[in-house]
Amino acid sequence: MEPERILLAHGSGGKLSYDLIRELFLPPLHNPILATLADAAIFSRQGMRLAITTDSYVVDPIFFPGGDIGKLAIYGTINDLAMGGAEPLYLSIGFILEEGFPLEELRVVVNSIKDAARQCGVDIIAGDTKVVPRGKGDKVFINTTGLGAVSEGVELSVDRICVGDKIIINGFIGEHGIAVMTQREGLEFDTPIKSDAAPLWGLVSQMLEASHGLHLLRDPTRGGVATVLNEVVSGGDFGIRLEEKALPIGEGVAVACEILGLDPLYVANEGKLIAFCQPDEVEHILAAMKRHRYGREAMVIGEVVATPPGKVIMKTRVGGTRLLDMLTGEQLPRIC
Amino acid sequence: MCLGIPMKLVEKEGDTGIVEAGGVKREVNLHLVEGVEVGDYVIVHAGFAIQKLDESEAEETLKLLREMLEAGEE
Amino acid sequence: MKYIDEFRDNNLARALARTIARLAEGSPEITLMEVCGTHTVTVFKHGLKDLIPNNVTLLAGPGCPVCVTPSHYIDKAIAYASLEGVTVATFGDLFRVPGSSSSLEKERARGGDVRIVYSPLDALRLAQENGDRKVIFLGVGFETTAPLIAVSVQEARRRGIRNYLVFSAHKVMPPPMEALVSDGELRIDGFLCPGHVSTIIGWGAYRFLSQQYHIPCVVAGFEPLDVLEGIWMLLRQIRNGEPRVENQYRRAVREEGNPRALALMREVFDMADSEWRGMGIIPGSGLTIRDRYRDYDAEANIEVEVEPASSHPGCVCGSVLKGVKTPFDCSLFCRVCTPEKPFGACMVSSEGTCAIYYKYSDRA
Repeated sequence: MEPERILLAHGSGGKLSYDLIRELFLPPLHNPILATLADAAIFSRQGMRLAITTDSYVVDPIFFPGGDIGKLAIYGTINDLAMGGAEPLYLSIGFILEEGFPLEELRVVVNSIKDAARQCGVDIIAGDTKVVPRGKGDKVFINTTGLGAVSEGVELSVDRICVGDKIIINGFIGEHGIAVMTQREGLEFDTPIKSDAAPLWGLVSQMLEASHGLHLLRDPTRGGVATVLNEVVSGGDFGIRLEEKALPIGEGVAVACEILGLDPLYVANEGKLIAFCQPDEVEHILAAMKRHRYGREAMVIGEVVATPPGKVIMKTRVGGTRLLDMLTGEQLPRIC
Repeated sequence: MCLGIPMKLVEKEGDTGIVEAGGVKREVNLHLVEGVEVGDYVIVHAGFAIQKLDESEAEETLKLLREMLEAGEE
Repeated sequence: MKYIDEFRDNNLARALARTIARLAEGSPEITLMEVCGTHTVTVFKHGLKDLIPNNVTLLAGPGCPVCVTPSHYIDKAIAYASLEGVTVATFGDLFRVPGSSSSLEKERARGGDVRIVYSPLDALRLAQENGDRKVIFLGVGFETTAPLIAVSVQEARRRGIRNYLVFSAHKVMPPPMEALVSDGELRIDGFLCPGHVSTIIGWGAYRFLSQQYHIPCVVAGFEPLDVLEGIWMLLRQIRNGEPRVENQYRRAVREEGNPRALALMREVFDMADSEWRGMGIIPGSGLTIRDRYRDYDAEANIEVEVEPASSHPGCVCGSVLKGVKTPFDCSLFCRVCTPEKPFGACMVSSEGTCAIYYKYSDRA
């Protein structure tokens, strides 16, 4: 039963999203840069290496603990550039506003955008606004496009990954997705779970400065850590092995996931990065990360292995092995 | 349908209450269980408490397993 | 997490694994059926198959309400969703289950009002807040869940909510277990019995299996140590040759279960014959809404045209559920039936046997 229409699951970052891109978008638009399907597209012009990326933000609710759609719209694009090793230079922004959306709320969003951009040291130098009739949008959709510059010698790509590379994450997982979901599911927290939304270029530049042993960076947004790791190994001749007991999961996130029947490994993050590093550089990189506010809880969570190739497996807490597959679509709360 | 997790009853008013685990709280319906008081643990399934958790039995189960571990190490 | 983390202890798991290995040593092949789908989830989530010896096989049974819901039920739910003024509320588990030609997920994409809820009380609230719409809650699940739906119906009556209805597909557990053992084809040496279903019906409900059919039964909880201890207890019974019903999940299950929940369930629901996908009709295995609550029965109150049921000739979900065939025996498996495009519910459900085999197989 081939889906003939777009399903919500096509937007969840899992297998359906992946297939949509590979089967519907890539063939007609194909070119070598696009085909890398990297977070940021890198190209050269007159001796400079530039990076460009674009992202759209449709999060619902638009205000959530720890942030709002405006903050996400800036950080998300900055982070895509950072994953390519690119220093953010400029941003453009496009708004699609729904008829009836209160201007007061729009002002709050724009204020968040201002604060986030200032924090990242980037100016928004181009913009666009459109309005759609009531019911044809969802309050506000935002698109941001980012332009960055990649320094000489910085080469982050899947091709650099070697068996034996260690996999590092900069902190606790699942916070953004749970923060957004809890409002809908009536869960309350003693210490409210806040979105971990954060701009990561500062952390990345410190990591790049500390070591040349950084091979690849990816940010585990929609679909979570497990999805992004599956993307990395897909079609490759190496695999990934995680240690469940090494995974940093906060108690609140863990319990919320237990209640709703969700798996934290598949929950979205907005302030996390996963780094693949040369094993003998891990200590340097971890030390550099811990000096930065967004890297204080950095730790090794796994490594690149030769077998099984193309798969992500995890050694579970009780000593078994589990296959972490790519999600088919959005993760749904279960009772079974 | 079997997902149910142990949570502690921290508030109770008639047939509804608030349960808590690991700092997470949720409203729970107590209609299906009798004699549950604040401080008790209950199994929570889809927003309802379906049984009171017997803490002494939980301890007994773990104790037995710990004995098994010790016996194995001799 | 209290009463969860302790039951995931690494050292105790290894101790259990060692004890299981010793018990199973030298034994011929032993096949244990984990009846409940959530047990299957635990086994895979924690990689428990690595902790049990090769001569002990775990077979996934029919205890997955999503897996055993007939295609026809989904078709009717889809038909309800396409009606003007109707909202269909469902647990997330059912959202992607395929009917004959569509699913609730696809219906939502087409504009149908389908909402995912965590609890039937959420659906009741939807009804209260949207008086102009009829809210139909898809009542799927075994005895763990049916009492909750019963309470929601009684609540609706108490609050005077007239636009809340239930479309029941509820089923009960002991009848299919009996159907499995009285079927000559099946050879299982023990049942790992459902945990939370037993919280409601009590472990005494399985006595007939050990007494009449001489099959060892152990009721087990859902943490790794629970499942491992349950397997150990079954192996011990098999070795001693004294089949009976034992209760591993003592902290949550009593012999008589939860009489209050059972009474509430029986107050609202009546037993009826019910169709189990791939297993045909099992007498007295389903729950229908009683006459006195007819006002809350979607089927009794809402007329709808449903497409004629069809299933795929190559789909052998039924045999897979019974443990008689493996997914590899199905001509559709991997080639046409995949988690992204599932035919039978065995592939849709995250704990469905086919979905699990798919993840572990080398895909073409």
